[in-house]
Amino acid sequence: MTWATDSYLEWAPLLLRDWISGFFPSALRGVINDLIGIVSILAVFGLLFAFLTLAERKILGRIQNRPGPNRTGPFGLLQPFADGIKMLTKEDIVPRAADQLLHFLAPVALVAFSLLTFAVIPYGRHLVPVDLDAGVLYFFAASASTELAVFMAGWASHNKYSLLAAMRALAQLISYELPLLLSIVPVVLAAGSLSPSVIVAKQGVWTLGLLPHWYVFTPWGFAGFVIFLISALAESNRSPFDLPEAESELVAGHLTEYSGFKYALFFMAEYFGMCALNGLGVTLFLGGWQAPCAFLEFIPSYVWFGAKLLGLLLGFIWIRATLPRLRMDQLMRFAWKFLVPLSLANLAVAALWQLGTGWSEPLQLVRWAGAIAILAGTFWALGRKLSSGFGPRVYQYAPS
Amino acid sequence: MFGSGLLQGLAVTAKNFVGSFHDPKRLTTTQYPEQRTVLPEAYRNFPFLVAEKAEDPMGTLRCVACQICEKECPPQCIYIEKSKDKKPDATGKMQIYPVVFDIDTSVCMSCQICVEVCPFDAIEMDQVFEIATTDRFNGLMLRKEQLTKPNSYFHEIHPNDARDVDARLAADRKAAAAKAATPPKPAAPTP
Repeated sequence: MTWATDSYLEWAPLLLRDWISGFFPSALRGVINDLIGIVSILAVFGLLFAFLTLAERKILGRIQNRPGPNRTGPFGLLQPFADGIKMLTKEDIVPRAADQLLHFLAPVALVAFSLLTFAVIPYGRHLVPVDLDAGVLYFFAASASTELAVFMAGWASHNKYSLLAAMRALAQLISYELPLLLSIVPVVLAAGSLSPSVIVAKQGVWTLGLLPHWYVFTPWGFAGFVIFLISALAESNRSPFDLPEAESELVAGHLTEYSGFKYALFFMAEYFGMCALNGLGVTLFLGGWQAPCAFLEFIPSYVWFGAKLLGLLLGFIWIRATLPRLRMDQLMRFAWKFLVPLSLANLAVAALWQLGTGWSEPLQLVRWAGAIAILAGTFWALGRKLSSGFGPRVYQYAPS
Repeated sequence: MFGSGLLQGLAVTAKNFVGSFHDPKRLTTTQYPEQRTVLPEAYRNFPFLVAEKAEDPMGTLRCVACQICEKECPPQCIYIEKSKDKKPDATGKMQIYPVVFDIDTSVCMSCQICVEVCPFDAIEMDQVFEIATTDRFNGLMLRKEQLTKPNSYFHEIHPNDARDVDARLAADRKAAAAKAATPPKPAAPTP
């Protein structure tokens, strides 16, 4: 380990925390430390949520050749707060027939569950809120619970459209849970641990100090990362998988009967879920808080984590601006007939890859070529099967 | 290959994203309160009443309170009360005039039928669209004084229409003047 491991900047957040908890009696310090951790996660990701909505609107605008919100404050920087105030002052309507308790509880549960997932992500070298041995398992247990809250919202609204939409949302979330889980199994296989901090530590090796040994730079890691990203898009109800709340088709799906701040909470949960899933993606595939090159380690680890997370989030926005929404049957077909078989093949490749850890140099080439060939072949065959009979589209009247 | 269309799509949006920064011509929107687009001449929203002279709008209204527009208006948003006395109109003929002329713009559907049926070219379509008020009852009910705008304004917003109307009115005035100049035919002598 280099001097960077224990540089002042690496410890700075923890020193600040200890300085604050130093004002309290020693018996309370443990609790206060935990509370500070929770509050800082809430503050950082709350602000990230606020400015992510703004960034999303600005980027969507730019992609559509318009400037995006620019009226509130310089460059529209106060827009999230204007939106927040608007949401807070709106009337909160609860349908008379709705289940009052569940209708209230659903957005709260959704936000709570999506916040739970933040607990196990290592944000920096020394910044792990809860260092669980089975952190990855805990993450998926907590993030799968959000599906419960979605269905709770649909059921409690006492509206048949909300209920149907919630069922569709549930079908989507459960279908994509499978490739999501299968895509991370190879990482667990390679790292030999379910603990996110161990997985990150295993990726902190460089060839010649330049090429990081992140899992995304292996054949199975790259395939797993792509599958993970696609499933994460679907899990966080982002376009092109935003069927649960397809604004133009369903009247916002399970959100139909929600207004005012409860509606804002659903959006907050969506963005929290997106941040958490991307954070996990960074942790598992992109080396977490590790710097891309050894000589860049002087930049604090949490900055690297934040930069990678932001990169993924901007990628999500880019995808949202590009791809149109899928149809329900296309969505299901894509999950069950393409992503699940591909991730199973990926799992097999990762297992074979593990066999070759000790191979000599020329055999390493065979290992790489074999893994790439199996994955590419599976991708090609599955893609061919999936799209047979569906194209290419011939435009009869439009000029080609 | 499967998925190549997605990458092509992503490339297109990326190109637009970058292009919108280095090529301001790409931005299709105008920043409304500061920049304004020129409205097309055919743009219309609510009717207004034409007065001949800007300095005396109430005295030189073209409207003669014939109430055809009131009767033709599909949503019935026009309300007219006739005067008891008469005044010379745009062609110099003695005519009654509207004492009350109200248009309820919350009801008006901008169909332009009032303009089409008016035999005196006294009502035309306006182009003012910033009409938000804080009072949705009285604020949207436009009275005669608010509705009346001079002919010069009509020339500004619809130059072609205004030229046609002026030519027609001038011909009418000329015909009326010629009719007034020629002495009435002597009654045929009784046998």
